[in-house]
Amino acid sequence: MTEQSSSEKVPVTLLTGYLGAGKTTLLNRILSEPHGKKYAVIVNEFGEIGIDNDLVVGADEEVFEMNNGCICCTVRGDLVRILDGLMRRKGKFDAIIVETTGLADPAPVAQTFFMDENVGRKTKLDAVVTVADAKWLSERLKDAPEAKNQIAFADVILLNKTDLVSADELSDVEGRIRGINPYASLHKTQRAQIPLNAVLDRNAFDLDRILDLEPTFLEEDDGHDHDHEHSHEHGDHDHDHAHKHGGLKHYHDEEMQSIALRSEKPLDADKFLPWIQDLVQKEGPSILRCKGILAFKNDDQRFVFQGVHMILDGNHQRPWKHDEKRESRVVFIGRNLPRELITEGFENCVVK
Amino acid sequence: MPGNADIPSVVEQTRLIGPLDGGVVNAHFLGRTAALVLGDNAIVLVPPDGETRRIAAHEGAILTSVTDGARVISGGDDGRVIETVSSGETRVLASDPKHRWIDHIALGPDGTIAWSAGKNAYAQGKELRTFEAASTVGALAFFPKGFRLAIAHYNGVTLWFPNAAEAPPQTLERKGSHLGATVSPDGRFLVTTMQEPLLHGWRLVDSQDMRMSGYTARVKSFSWSADGQWLATSGATQLVLWPFPHSKDGPMGKPPRLLTPSGHRIEFVACHPRNAAVAAGYDNGMIFLTRIEDGAKILARKPSDTPVSALAWSADGLLLAWGTEGGEAGIIDLA
Repeated sequence: MTEQSSSEKVPVTLLTGYLGAGKTTLLNRILSEPHGKKYAVIVNEFGEIGIDNDLVVGADEEVFEMNNGCICCTVRGDLVRILDGLMRRKGKFDAIIVETTGLADPAPVAQTFFMDENVGRKTKLDAVVTVADAKWLSERLKDAPEAKNQIAFADVILLNKTDLVSADELSDVEGRIRGINPYASLHKTQRAQIPLNAVLDRNAFDLDRILDLEPTFLEEDDGHDHDHEHSHEHGDHDHDHAHKHGGLKHYHDEEMQSIALRSEKPLDADKFLPWIQDLVQKEGPSILRCKGILAFKNDDQRFVFQGVHMILDGNHQRPWKHDEKRESRVVFIGRNLPRELITEGFENCVVK
Repeated sequence: MPGNADIPSVVEQTRLIGPLDGGVVNAHFLGRTAALVLGDNAIVLVPPDGETRRIAAHEGAILTSVTDGARVISGGDDGRVIETVSSGETRVLASDPKHRWIDHIALGPDGTIAWSAGKNAYAQGKELRTFEAASTVGALAFFPKGFRLAIAHYNGVTLWFPNAAEAPPQTLERKGSHLGATVSPDGRFLVTTMQEPLLHGWRLVDSQDMRMSGYTARVKSFSWSADGQWLATSGATQLVLWPFPHSKDGPMGKPPRLLTPSGHRIEFVACHPRNAAVAAGYDNGMIFLTRIEDGAKILARKPSDTPVSALAWSADGLLLAWGTEGGEAGIIDLA
């Protein structure tokens, strides 16, 4: 009765990106385009200035740990307060955009939507949009863990400032992004020029719409001519292994990886659910995000879940369609993931 | 609700107000005039016999409000602290120079007020004093006597004497985010509500910790009984009352009294100003008046729509004002 349906909740877009990548440029584009929508914008008080909007709120990015024995369960306390305040003006705006500082970890923002009931009841996290600088991202991935987190966490990545790099460099940085996060939709942009429907109203965090489980190595970008040059590998990336994959160089990031698991045989819910709970309890600090579509034995409903670190959210989504392949798919993105342990654990849940 | 037919009811004694745009976020009484605070920018004054008046007190959303029975003092996202009296006149008491949101207000003895914007707390006695907390202020509560303010923030509460520069602020530490605060009427205990579904308390004489847990949701509303011996709280499907007897240990080691179990969660509580009874509003819009002694209850509003978001008693305890998130509101005349 008090639960508002997902469509009535105000969507919140989280805008991240390392310093100077072009977050503010994107934000100003969103605000200035003639879309007829009103956005409330939450920016960091010490962040970049120059945002032209009448509903801008300064935030302090205050992160605190929940008292639930879970060290990675951190929440943005300022967002709890600000979203509660903004919702008093409900109806005066269509959506909310949260811009973080360049050094921010997206996890506490995402966890706020799971951990605070008020926030979760009235608003929903729509998508994490990460703006990356085509020229400098490769360097930042080496020296800034925040930059890597932001890429790993993203649902949508804008690879911006592509005019400042050669086709070869572009292909290289794209390969690095895909090595960390093959699931996000990636757009190559200049001056953050992008159709707004590519970044807003994505429903990427909606359990009803966990679709993007297919790696998108070959995804075409948003229209401008892009040539997948078959360039040869540079010899100087001694920490990376690269090979060509459909024309795009494919890197395995040493630290941050994704694991994709699938099974055509049904899973045993009584095994899978305790296993995934236990897994995120133990490995939560290194699992940034996970999500999955599950086909349980003797269950005609698709079960979907997603998680951030130790927090999981899952539910029956809808009946399997007759012509649909009843297949379970799960992905994890994280840091130094115990691949064998996770693969083995998943396989143990398959009904023999 | 099966069985409600047998429960005494005062529903018929309700004067319905609204629906009010913006939803009701708080309610107060100025004498016998009810003041319904709306989520947008207005306070609706409902005199006992006259026309309802909508006062546009703020230029933005009202975030917080308190009363001393003579005036409502509200803080808004327009950065202002505004006083509204029953005639409908308003007065700007303070204006944040940077137009920051006024998140919290507390009323102290002798007409003193305190408010906060971000990390800064302000106390206005004869002079304006300021305090900067280590993190954003989560709540403010004056002590019942003396000019002393409890400032809740991350990882604890700081006790501050605004007029005593030589007395260093004392911080009571407790990890986590403290979002509500109240000092017991006898001044011996401080209780905070936390981000987690629990309360934390301190016995002030020796800073001894008290953990008060068992809720299903964050506790957003609390109220002291008229005799100061009970703290009524929201956040569970039962009315949770913590005992604060006039003994040395207060509630320590004592279980709470649990009354009126139901399938719905209590969202707002307001203790009767004279008798040992509590008005509790539920997430399905229902309101019960419950006697603390034996749990006997009276139906004040049938379940209907959106959660109850405001309850207030007139000082004589004869009028009860209520409001809901959806903007329904009413005044119940118990005389």
